[in-house]
Amino acid sequence: MIEKSIIIPFLIGLIYLSIIFIYRFTKWIRGLSKLDKLRLMQSLKSRRFMLSLKEIFMEGLLHHKIFLKNPILGYMHMSLAFGWFLLILIGHIEVMCAKNSIFVPFHLAIFFRYFETTKNFAFSGVFSFLMDFLLLFVLSGVCMAMLKRFKKQMFGMKRTTRLKTGDRIALISLWLIFPLRLAAESMSANLHGNGSFLTSTFGNFIGNSGSETANFIFWMLYSFSLGFFFIALPNSRYMHIFTEMLFIFVRNAGIKLKKHNNTFTDIQVYSCSRCGLCLDNCQLATAGINNTQSVYILKNIRNKNLTDEQLFNCLLCGKCEVDCPVGINTIDLRITQRIESTLQYNSSYSYLEDIPAQKADVVYFAGCMTHLTPGIISSMKKIFQMSGENVWFMDEEKAPCCGRPLMQAGQYEAASKLIFNNTKKLLGSNAKKLIVSCPICYKVFKEDYELGKMEIVFHAEYILQLIKDNVIKVNNSNERIIYHDPCELGRTMNMYDEPRSVLQETGKLIPVKNEKQTAWCCGGSLGNLKISQEERTILRNQAVEDYLQYKPDILATACPMCKKTFARHREIKVLDISEIITNSISKPTEEKITKQKTKNKIHENEFV
Amino acid sequence: MIKNKHVAIIGGGIAGMEAAAVLAKQGLKVTLIEKEAITGGKLNDWHHLFPDFFSPKTVIDNLIAKTNHSGVNVVYNTEISKIEKLNGRFELSDERDTKFYSDAVIIASGFRLFDATLKEEYGYGIFDNVITSVDFEKLMKTEGKLLTAQKTEPKRIAIIHCVGSRDAKTGNTYCSKVCCITGIKQAIEINKILPDSEIYCFYMDLRLYGLNFDSLYLHAQKQHKIQFIRGRLSEIAERFDKSLQLKTEDTLQGRPLRINVDTVILLIGMEPGASNNLFTKNNKVTIDENGFMKPINMHENRNSSTHDGIFLAGTVICPMAVNESIENARAAAFEVISYLEKNKL
Repeated sequence: MIEKSIIIPFLIGLIYLSIIFIYRFTKWIRGLSKLDKLRLMQSLKSRRFMLSLKEIFMEGLLHHKIFLKNPILGYMHMSLAFGWFLLILIGHIEVMCAKNSIFVPFHLAIFFRYFETTKNFAFSGVFSFLMDFLLLFVLSGVCMAMLKRFKKQMFGMKRTTRLKTGDRIALISLWLIFPLRLAAESMSANLHGNGSFLTSTFGNFIGNSGSETANFIFWMLYSFSLGFFFIALPNSRYMHIFTEMLFIFVRNAGIKLKKHNNTFTDIQVYSCSRCGLCLDNCQLATAGINNTQSVYILKNIRNKNLTDEQLFNCLLCGKCEVDCPVGINTIDLRITQRIESTLQYNSSYSYLEDIPAQKADVVYFAGCMTHLTPGIISSMKKIFQMSGENVWFMDEEKAPCCGRPLMQAGQYEAASKLIFNNTKKLLGSNAKKLIVSCPICYKVFKEDYELGKMEIVFHAEYILQLIKDNVIKVNNSNERIIYHDPCELGRTMNMYDEPRSVLQETGKLIPVKNEKQTAWCCGGSLGNLKISQEERTILRNQAVEDYLQYKPDILATACPMCKKTFARHREIKVLDISEIITNSISKPTEEKITKQKTKNKIHENEFV
Repeated sequence: MIKNKHVAIIGGGIAGMEAAAVLAKQGLKVTLIEKEAITGGKLNDWHHLFPDFFSPKTVIDNLIAKTNHSGVNVVYNTEISKIEKLNGRFELSDERDTKFYSDAVIIASGFRLFDATLKEEYGYGIFDNVITSVDFEKLMKTEGKLLTAQKTEPKRIAIIHCVGSRDAKTGNTYCSKVCCITGIKQAIEINKILPDSEIYCFYMDLRLYGLNFDSLYLHAQKQHKIQFIRGRLSEIAERFDKSLQLKTEDTLQGRPLRINVDTVILLIGMEPGASNNLFTKNNKVTIDENGFMKPINMHENRNSSTHDGIFLAGTVICPMAVNESIENARAAAFEVISYLEKNKL
């Protein structure tokens, strides 16, 4: 009987873990709104179910996304997750073969070499080889994990997450599981000869010092390490292993966070593995801000010790969302958190009521930021003149805000009042199109306004259409142009091509390393309420210095905020797309031969 | 003897000229190197000086006469970009590799004007009726009158203080010191030529450091009916008739304000000279956190740069008025003399 006692620590851990899981999963699913629950049920019946399963396999086990970003790190995660998974799966098949039955006790596979001392069932040699191979595979991952903790640079990571006590216990027990399994299996191999290339070799090393007692002790330790890990797991970051599966189902069902926390927040928070991939590309670190990154926000939400200082010190640039291998909606999550933690500012906005809507085919909404860059407004006016359309410049005299900056600051109610007011006016105009020249406005109009059939058009799209329709004829000046992707247009709204197509008509667009999804944030972001001006300057300079390497004539932007921020650097000429277009119409191209020659030289040495 | 020692002075503005004249009068060999075709620097564009409406032309003419009489060698159209120290002497060179040698150097290369297009929300370079304080002086000097872009007399004029000064967003957190009183002076001048116009000054606070500055401020309010509104300008929009709508705040009344004017004058501040960075490149001198040249200390050694033998004069150190610049240059000249005497052998 005493022999069987080795399974007790493992069993206790497993039972505890199962109870916690059943409790949490039930709570989370019950906490979703009725509609979201319906969405989840529907998705389980459709093709999305298979997609989710595939995603779980690709991301949960193989860690495909991490692989693409960093193959070494990908291998480490894969060997641990997929290797362990295969150990359990093949182990069970081995037990089934040995017992000639499909129904075998589930724990038997875990302690198989301890209980099954003979090697006389079908394919036993193949199995023991496979199991040894898989153990080696997992052990290679464990070794890498240990190395990574102490020498992260070897894995191409600049930073790694800081650990809490719960995590540390889980981490150490996880690190011990497989070396102990190797030791225990080697002991058994030494005593019973039931090992393969790995365990037998190690068993031979032990030689005569092996005994039944030592064998028992090692198996017991192995069982304890498993038990400890299972007990520590719910309170550690390893909770992500199982939560991520639920998260994939919920996300694929189309469930989104809607400005208020619900259990979807919890599901996302617990899905974070704290891998730290979001740390490497966070620009704030350049300015010495190292505790406000998404991984820490998620951790602090989970531990209920999030401070406003951390929550509001974020550019909302969305780089971490791109980098997150789990696909957590870090921006939505943070804005929702801001809404929840902010006292709602009470304003009636009654002064906004007094402008009647004007009937028009097209409405132009410049927004607060474009009002600070009158160069863009005058260019837009010229463009509208050429288009010949009936345009109502909605905020020419009195300028209501679109609501996005308030939304970013967590002032949901105040933003809603502005949205309501603007919506009334917009619908009153009977216009078919709303044109905006600011990505900050564009995002909120697209995501938070309900404007029926009114089409929301970004000025780059509008200009591109005018060029295609031959309404605007532009000259190509051959100037070297770098296009800076604004965060609110690129990463978060996925508009990369239209601005580039427009710029290709007027000059030579130079591709740069940090563009599109990996584009810099200019540092001017309205989303950060805590950053200092000096810190913003550091971020801006980092971006401008990178761009200057390509020797551009013009740094083109599609965002008035980026334009203002970059222009203050003084050593780079910054223009909005609309300004570049109007410039290329009004003046005939003068090609200076000498200048052209030097430019060609630069082209030849292009290091892109 | 220090009589045969050479001193090179970079910049032929008022500070450079004053220092050159003083040194040459003491018998030293002085080369004054000016990047433009004439000496006098930015003061050449100026119409009147505060607070007494004195003529800048008189100041420049006197300085030219002084430099000529004392035998200063003036070199024009030469912009020094590099200072090297070779065998105990200084070698100064420009982009064309013209070289000058000297035993001591005074950097009097002055300041740069804030580029008002950086405050795009004020529309300089975009709206025809937005001009800078420097444009105003040039206009007064060349035409003697202020007209709108439509060639009409402006009825309402707004003068905006602190454009590019005390403004963290533009990167300039310091005060340019001379703009407040310049704004008051210009407001009075406008009132003199356009007595029926309404003139508004938008300010944060008025830093009237000079002896008669406060009385000029009172005078502007009482005699010239200039209206001072405390509040920083937010943005300017151009209306269909080319007049300008200002969005600002009256912080004394505590309310937002919208006002239409015909002309806006931006009081642009002083920025560190463009050449300051060049001189720091081979570690000859250092600049302070604002980009101005850094003296050993600001109390009793303001004319000595952090490099032995290189001295500073005028607005290369910090924003200064005309009289301070000249006095500061005179002090620099005496620092040079005592340096050369100390290093006679």
